[in-house]
Amino acid sequence: MAMLNFIFRRVLAAIPTLLILSVFVFLLLKLLPGDPALALAGEDRDPAVIESIRVKYGLDQPLPVQYFKWLGDILQGDFGVSIRTKMSIGEMLAQRLPVTLQLSLQAMLIAIIIGIPAGVYAAIRRGSYVDVAVSTVGLAGLSVPSFWLGIMLIMAFAVSLGWLPSGGFVNFSDAPLENLRYTLLPSLVLGTAAAAIIMRHTRNSMLSVLKQDYIRTARAKGLKERIVIIRHALRNGLIPIVTTGTLHLGELLSGAVLTEQVFGIPGFGKMIVDGVFSRDYAVVQAVILCSAAIFLILSLLADILYVKLSPRLQA
Amino acid sequence: MSAAVAAPANTGSRNRSFLLRVLSQRSAVIGLAIVLFFVALAVFAPWIAPYDPIASDWLSVRQAPSAAHWMGTDDLGRDVLTRVIYGAQASLLAGLIAVSIAILAGLPLGLIAGYFGGWVDTIISRCTDALLACPFLVLAIALAAFLGASLQNAMIAIGISAMPIFIRLVRGQVLTIKNEDFVTAARGQGMRDRSIILSHILPNVVTPVVVQATITMAVAILAEASLAFLGLGQRPPAASWGSMLDVARQFMLDAPWMSIWPGLAIVTIVLGFNLLGDGLNDALNQKDD
Repeated sequence: MAMLNFIFRRVLAAIPTLLILSVFVFLLLKLLPGDPALALAGEDRDPAVIESIRVKYGLDQPLPVQYFKWLGDILQGDFGVSIRTKMSIGEMLAQRLPVTLQLSLQAMLIAIIIGIPAGVYAAIRRGSYVDVAVSTVGLAGLSVPSFWLGIMLIMAFAVSLGWLPSGGFVNFSDAPLENLRYTLLPSLVLGTAAAAIIMRHTRNSMLSVLKQDYIRTARAKGLKERIVIIRHALRNGLIPIVTTGTLHLGELLSGAVLTEQVFGIPGFGKMIVDGVFSRDYAVVQAVILCSAAIFLILSLLADILYVKLSPRLQA
Repeated sequence: MSAAVAAPANTGSRNRSFLLRVLSQRSAVIGLAIVLFFVALAVFAPWIAPYDPIASDWLSVRQAPSAAHWMGTDDLGRDVLTRVIYGAQASLLAGLIAVSIAILAGLPLGLIAGYFGGWVDTIISRCTDALLACPFLVLAIALAAFLGASLQNAMIAIGISAMPIFIRLVRGQVLTIKNEDFVTAARGQGMRDRSIILSHILPNVVTPVVVQATITMAVAILAEASLAFLGLGQRPPAASWGSMLDVARQFMLDAPWMSIWPGLAIVTIVLGFNLLGDGLNDALNQKDD
């Protein structure tokens, strides 16, 4: 019951955030120079046609009226129609979001496999060469632009060795193995920065846990170091990592914009770039709002996981 | 000595001890050396670059690295080393201006929200939450697209996207400081809010803002390179590492050196700012002696 209350309060708190962002996004489009009715009319410069477009899309109404109509449509899942593809934007989102979600989840898996063991080992061997190496590699991982790493990996594994495709995408449902071949390099690119972040957080979290009294007690009881680390330190040290990792899934959306561009993957990130270059602003609006909604859902999930995993908070 | 006078003096000595702690951090010193190296490249580019960064040389198109062109030449026969050196100007300028915009807008808003509280704080904090909910690069791309593709607009877009980070940081700092004894004493002496903010609160938020600014420089330089790579930043023929990589992508097979050097330059400068930021952060978190 307390958890349900907590979730309810967090959802209520997220609503004004999304509403304010929707006002920003709406105004951004309205502040653009030029008459949208003229843009929609295309080659047809007949004033009667332009006027009818203005009436049809409610552009003759005051701004607040236009905003509430736009918001009402979005709340019903109607993001409008893309002027480039002539498809419903809601449909486009439904097609492209799973692609980016798959990439992000694979990237997170890679990040966890690399980041957690490396971070734990660096914390156990604090001050050693391994620790310095892990910290340096972690910082370097944060400093590499994803698009450059993508180009380098394409040059190595696609162009020189010919092991993996240099770009493109195949749906998992059509050919699962091919899908994995196509998404391995992009996931690796996306996962590098995530691995660096998880590695740094794991090291810091483990260092603070290893100083706790209960770890000293466990050691004093004569438990083997491996058991102290795995059963006592790691269990508590991983709590902040779970929340960081969940929040970072939202950040991966940012990275996906460039990665999908380099590898030509038709995902959510590429949607905003295509929208920008074809001046398809309704698509850009939809992507911004969806990114924010995903981020808020993930931060809610991170909070729930934190409460669930932390015995002190549960009590 | 009155509390109103004692506080800034205390802040001054704390800042000095902070600087000493920074210089004792190995990562901060290495980071600073890297950053200064790139600053020197950007400032002295016209004197140290071996060739013209813009003029094409059709007889030297896509030449591999050699004694004449240490990093090779690009698709228009321009010297890659020269363009990497000039590219430092765009990157550092973009980082500096974007972070300045973020601080100039974020610092006062954070001070006002934290100090006055109430409905002003609610409005500022809600707007900050809304902007922070949007992934940084997605917001920067959208703003740059709405403003139009240019280096200047990219800097504005990155600055606006980074602004909420500073609002939240400064607000949090002010909430802690405003209940300190020296602030209460200044208020008791009848000092006006503006004077308290400027002479007591502001000096105490400068250090965390400087640390955050260093970390944000790394993010801003990466964001500028990303926007230029997408065609939303520095326009050709001016040299920018991001746009150099965008062009280089088409010649991965024939001229890999076109991709390698600008990318390494981005990694090194961002690593420099990250090392410096990490060192500053560690120094900030160490207890005063």
